[in-house]
Amino acid sequence: MGWFVGLAIWAWLAWACLGNASPLAAQTRPPADYANVQLRDPAQEAQAAALMATLRCLVCQGQSIADSDADMAGDMRALVRRRVAAGESAEEVRDWLIARYGDYVTYDPPVSAVTLPLWLTPLVLLAIGLWIARASFRRRRGHE
Amino acid sequence: MRRWLLWLPLAVFALVVVFAVRELRAPSDRTVYSAMVGKTVPEFRLEPIVKGKPGLGVADLKSGQPRLLNVFASWCVPCIAEAPQLMKLKAIGVPIDAVAIRDTGPAIAQFLARYGDPYQRIGDDRDSRVQLSLGSSGVPETFVIDGRGVVVKQHVGDIREDDVAALAQAWREAR
Repeated sequence: MGWFVGLAIWAWLAWACLGNASPLAAQTRPPADYANVQLRDPAQEAQAAALMATLRCLVCQGQSIADSDADMAGDMRALVRRRVAAGESAEEVRDWLIARYGDYVTYDPPVSAVTLPLWLTPLVLLAIGLWIARASFRRRRGHE
Repeated sequence: MRRWLLWLPLAVFALVVVFAVRELRAPSDRTVYSAMVGKTVPEFRLEPIVKGKPGLGVADLKSGQPRLLNVFASWCVPCIAEAPQLMKLKAIGVPIDAVAIRDTGPAIAQFLARYGDPYQRIGDDRDSRVQLSLGSSGVPETFVIDGRGVVVKQHVGDIREDDVAALAQAWREAR
């Protein structure tokens, strides 16, 4: 009985490996240099990694390029590392991408007429909350 | 307590309902458009990818004649769907150049043999560098470029039957 279970596990493993091999074979090109390879300089890598976490993967819209396995995200990581390695600041790389894709490409959008409500709404809500709290405290004191 | 304040939560709720219904009826457009429309194509030079067809550089897009720049790949299924429409545009006389994303020579040659070859030049964009510098967020995409290398129009996604006329028109107007 034991040998049969062993055989079944081996067959399953072989099947799983073959199943996993086909998507790899379907890729037409290996990932770009720097897509999954860190920069040599730890300071530069830290700068690039921090930037990558705030950049949107354009084909998988809900993820950052640091989190995504999409080919295009890999190419975007390579682009960020290449430019940082060439001496550009994270801010410059971000501006380069914004010039091409608009603010949509960053998860950390600059303050503008469109994004202002995002920043102001919490403050406004807090002010309303304080106003309501003040009114209700005052009322309670009045009753006592 | 002022009486009208009692109605405030209901009013806010009604506002949310109006907003939700409007978004459900016409979902917002999630397409990522390039911010390069109206700007000059940035400097690049791509090697040829198939035998007998030149690569692509910025100089080719500044030839004085407007042209289409098709961003495609042999591994992209909608690119197969748009192939007949590109052949139609070619037949009208629209010059088309291409950037092949993450692709190989044999795969492109097979693709062209099977689905037609509307391209004058094809550049080998092996790590999507040029695609990213154009603000393109996927394949296929098509840019109309005037004779001075300025992007006039971007078409995101595959070109359907009823897009052909608009693209031909944009190309004519760019002259």
